[in-house]
Amino acid sequence: MTNEANVILEVKNLNVEFTTDDGIVHAVNNVSYKVERGKTLAIVGESGSGKSVSSLAVMGLLTGANTKISGEVFFNGRELVGADPEEVRKLRGDEMAMIFQDPLSALHPYYTIGDQLAEAVLVHHKIKEAEARTRAAEMLAKVGIPSVEQRMDEYPHQLSGGMRQRVMIAMALINGPELLIADEPTTALDVTVQAQILDLLRELQKEFGTAIVLITHDLGVVADLADEVLVMYGGSAVEHAPVREIFYSPQMPYTWGLLASIPQISAKKEQLDPIPGSPPSLLNMPKGCVFAPRCAFKDQVAGDACETHLPDLLAVSPDHEARCHLSESQRTAIRSERKIGRL
Amino acid sequence: MVLMLTLLSIVTFLLFNAVPTDPARLTCGKTCTPEIVAANRIRLGLDQPLFVQYMDWIKGIFVGRTYGSGSATFECSAPCLGYSFRNGEQVTTMIVDALPVTLYLALGAFLLWMLVGISAGIAAAKHHGKWQDRTIMGVSLIGYSLPVFFVGLLLLVFVIVRWNLLPYPDYESPFDDPVAFFQTMLLPWVTLAILYAAYYARLTRSQMLETMGEDYIRTARAKGLSERVVFRKHAFRAGLTPIVTSAGLDLAGLLGGAIITEYIFSLPGLGRLAIGAVTEYDLPTITATVLVAAVFVIVANLVVDILYAAIDPRVRLT
Repeated sequence: MTNEANVILEVKNLNVEFTTDDGIVHAVNNVSYKVERGKTLAIVGESGSGKSVSSLAVMGLLTGANTKISGEVFFNGRELVGADPEEVRKLRGDEMAMIFQDPLSALHPYYTIGDQLAEAVLVHHKIKEAEARTRAAEMLAKVGIPSVEQRMDEYPHQLSGGMRQRVMIAMALINGPELLIADEPTTALDVTVQAQILDLLRELQKEFGTAIVLITHDLGVVADLADEVLVMYGGSAVEHAPVREIFYSPQMPYTWGLLASIPQISAKKEQLDPIPGSPPSLLNMPKGCVFAPRCAFKDQVAGDACETHLPDLLAVSPDHEARCHLSESQRTAIRSERKIGRL
Repeated sequence: MVLMLTLLSIVTFLLFNAVPTDPARLTCGKTCTPEIVAANRIRLGLDQPLFVQYMDWIKGIFVGRTYGSGSATFECSAPCLGYSFRNGEQVTTMIVDALPVTLYLALGAFLLWMLVGISAGIAAAKHHGKWQDRTIMGVSLIGYSLPVFFVGLLLLVFVIVRWNLLPYPDYESPFDDPVAFFQTMLLPWVTLAILYAAYYARLTRSQMLETMGEDYIRTARAKGLSERVVFRKHAFRAGLTPIVTSAGLDLAGLLGGAIITEYIFSLPGLGRLAIGAVTEYDLPTITATVLVAAVFVIVANLVVDILYAAIDPRVRLT
């Protein structure tokens, strides 16, 4: 159960819509979650599930004229939706920070590492540039960059992918933010480097007590880092539970599909079980359950409930919610038959 | 670079020989006899094989050369580009006289259009999709579509002839008479700047819009930088590279002579020199103006490459 006093970020019924020439794209629909200080929430889903967009909305980085954001975002008790953009800007990079998927394109190619880090300090602190550079060097050392003095004067293209992501992390954490949003931080990296970056995030989280919202499609990363998991599909939250529950007792066919798509060395089968079909277009959302068109179990639901209305996000246990028309006994039966999770 | 210049000089030299007239005949004037033509041919070295002629020409540029032989010789000191067929003047002198005019014209217009064009482009990108953007783009489209001779003549007719706001153009060196200089140059500058500013406004706008979509711009915003800093520091520098390329080459092109503008406003620059030379088959002058213009373009290319490295660290040799 969440400790209310410890909640740093609370998102309530967040909706994000983009008006395009083809119509309105419902990128995020009624998403709610809470993140506690020092804890990690993983938002999991395929591309186009709205996981990145919802975080960009939290950061106040969706400013396009065609974007409509509604709902509530409380950061440290302060409402950010509809707040003065200037106020939100002051929080960004200071109290809440973000790192991105591809560190090469996310770092400015024309400025040195030292300049980019010092800049992040100087936006929020009125100190001398030399002092900011010292702080930058300390932070780089902390994220494990070797020969810092030399790296400070180098450009992003001169570093390896893993080093660049370390630089991004240093830049995000340099002002000691209370919340870090990590948008697929390891996706663009080599597997060996991925593990190092995750270790680094874990260490820094412990040291600074930073809350992390980890956006990923990699359940391995989730198992490694997350305390709590929000599974998103087609712009909606479809399951929300502590990380053990997601792996041991998943309650939603889409989550089952995600778990079945993980390659396992111990598995006797030579083929993976991919989820058939592709995610829905956010332009023409299915009327019923977002996952219904790809769901293998919708025949077990009486009538055409799956096709006609979206199931509510209902509590399965006190801290576990799922969105599915299947009854609990049906789910248990399917899980035991298919050996999904632990029973 | 050296190779480029060598190739360039060969092409320019061949141009001299490609003209379907006899250069010796052209130097001869009204009272021409076959004897004088023959004598001129020998005097100008035109009886020599092409290669020797080329070497003489190149030698003239670097160390000077001597025309004729015996008592009828005359010296042409380096850089020697020959003598004008038209008035017997040294081509080098003519170029040296015309060059500053073109230089002032091109640089003045350049400053004006870069200032106006880039600021307009930035303003348009900043207000992308809003009325400011549409106004700037609309105006620039008109500016871009107007031919130089039209704008030039229009300004000439109204500002000078009808409204008498400025005196008739009469070029004076800025060191002799700065007021007259500016009065003469103002309209030519504006004429050229209108065309180029329109182009640079569009170029800057599209560049800025492209870079504003980059990931590192999102990072800059995520750091909490203000839109102003994001725009001026992060986006502008990244969008600058193609603008620098265009600017370098456009300036170089103008330095070779803005023919129409110089003609309309009676500016004694390289462009007018070239057009005069072409109409009168003044081959040494034609060759010289082409050579000068081409050298500007090659030098501009080099300068642009150096600027690239200054702007973009990825281009620098490590």
